[in-house]
Amino acid sequence: MADVSLAAEAAAVRSAASGPSGPRPRHVLSRRNIFLYGTLIVVALYYLLPLYVMIVTSLKGMPEIRLGNIFSPPVEITFEPWVKAWSQACTGLNCDGLSRGFWNSVRITVPSVLLSIAIASVNGYALANWRFKGADTFFVILIVGAFIPYQVMIYPIVIILREIGIYGTLTGLVIVHSIFGMPILTLLFRNYFSSMPEELFRAARVDGAGFWGIYLRIMLPMSLPIFVVAIILQVTGIWNDFLFGVVYTRPDTYPMTVQLNNIVNSVQGVKEYNVNMAATILTGLVPLIVYFVSGKLFVRGIAAGAVKG
Amino acid sequence: MSKSERPNQLFRNLNAKVASIPMILTALVVFVGGTAWTVLYSFTNSKLLPRLNFVGIDQYYRLWATPRWLVSIENLLIYGVISLVFSLVVGFILAALLDQKIRFEDTFRTIFLYPFALSFIVTGLVWQWLLNPDFGIQRVVRDLGWTSFSFDPLYNSSIVIYGISIAALWQGTGLIMCLMLAGLRGIDEDIWKAARVDGIPMWKTYLFIVIPMMRPVFITTLVIIAAGIVKVYDLVVAQTSGGPGIASEVPAKYVYDYMFFAQNLGQGFAASTMMLLSVVIVIVPWAYLEFGGKKRG
Repeated sequence: MADVSLAAEAAAVRSAASGPSGPRPRHVLSRRNIFLYGTLIVVALYYLLPLYVMIVTSLKGMPEIRLGNIFSPPVEITFEPWVKAWSQACTGLNCDGLSRGFWNSVRITVPSVLLSIAIASVNGYALANWRFKGADTFFVILIVGAFIPYQVMIYPIVIILREIGIYGTLTGLVIVHSIFGMPILTLLFRNYFSSMPEELFRAARVDGAGFWGIYLRIMLPMSLPIFVVAIILQVTGIWNDFLFGVVYTRPDTYPMTVQLNNIVNSVQGVKEYNVNMAATILTGLVPLIVYFVSGKLFVRGIAAGAVKG
Repeated sequence: MSKSERPNQLFRNLNAKVASIPMILTALVVFVGGTAWTVLYSFTNSKLLPRLNFVGIDQYYRLWATPRWLVSIENLLIYGVISLVFSLVVGFILAALLDQKIRFEDTFRTIFLYPFALSFIVTGLVWQWLLNPDFGIQRVVRDLGWTSFSFDPLYNSSIVIYGISIAALWQGTGLIMCLMLAGLRGIDEDIWKAARVDGIPMWKTYLFIVIPMMRPVFITTLVIIAAGIVKVYDLVVAQTSGGPGIASEVPAKYVYDYMFFAQNLGQGFAASTMMLLSVVIVIVPWAYLEFGGKKRG
């Protein structure tokens, strides 16, 4: 329907180049299209520019950076900055590069993602199918809590973690990520499980399945897409975290973002912009790969998390 | 009969209750308890360690007399207005452009949204490099022959917060565009047809029909942007570390620095309570409209 009306409009506009037949009888060079695509292309270039500059800078040597233009492609491509960023860049006294931060981030992200999703999916399932008295109250507190600035809760959590004896460890940070991932993920799973047919749940109940039985054998296998969405959401979110990393870890357990900031913004030594940019790309690489591979699911995660909230 | 059912009430759904323990603990201990704790201790003169020596609202007096806090608030307001206005306007326009049944829609959307996948640290460092006066955009334009050209927002204390906003908009507008696009897709196709039949120009259809219809989307987006504005921290740390001087300080950074560097916990608690207050002012009316209305209507 829409195509018909657009075609009619295009026909009414009338321009020079018209195709006699074909699936889309539209004029490619109408004024509307030039404006539309022109604007979009200009904006797209603006959005791509920083990525381009990052890559180009990281492939140049320092002399070339001092002499040349940040937008010009490298005359002599060198991968040395990348090697240096990965294995030699210094933060304070440590000079073992970003690799340490990378592995810390892996060791933080993987358990955090698994734990937070496990907790939140069971929460969402309980809230959707096994509503008990007061459950909705906790849920509302949880959602409201998502809007409380983290700064208000940072210090009490420091005390709790210190009391348990895991302040400054990766375990502590994993728990913090699970706590702060809970509101959005619980909402995500609750909405998803609520939209599943009630009959399914009842049939399983009649057949004698219990809380965990229904969760493991029916809900889990049927909700793989939402799990993927949750994983995307959490991997990017936790990888990109800076505040919790800087508060709840020590220099030897700093996640990649914190270490990157320390490398680039350190005041000692000569600034090596190419190494800095290589380090920046390396840190952004994991979420970027997740983003480009996941495509529409990433958007779906955002929409599910945001619009329905 | 009723006697034997009463104890059941507590154990009904026992598994569900056990499974919800992490949620209940998080809600009560961390969110409610933690918040209450911080608010309570903001009325004490805690320095290195939290102590319950109540001093009334001394910390708040001191807070509002500290130039650095006042600069932080001013910056947050400027940053907030810029973020709200530009990300809503640009986000909506981009969404409207993408909604014209264009080709390569997925490609364009992917490009506009990719910065959102990057952390604020990465965003901040890239823009720090682009805005570097010795190597970045300023230098490039000067090399082209315009030698008096000056564009160094991160090194000029009167405009530094605008420089930070540029990076924030680059990172976040794609998200707003996506939310708006989802909203536009939710508009009934017949509305467009009816408007076209009536000969209403497209911009008028958007302004007077579509945007009012998208009110819920706008409100939700507004809340998301506002919550993000108050939290801004990493971006400033990465781009300027609050400099030059204190010109780009923000409240979240004030809180962190007073809690973990200045060893002045009371100030940190008071500042974070002020942050909480500002969020409450935004959230409560929204929650009332969104959820309070639904239950009744």
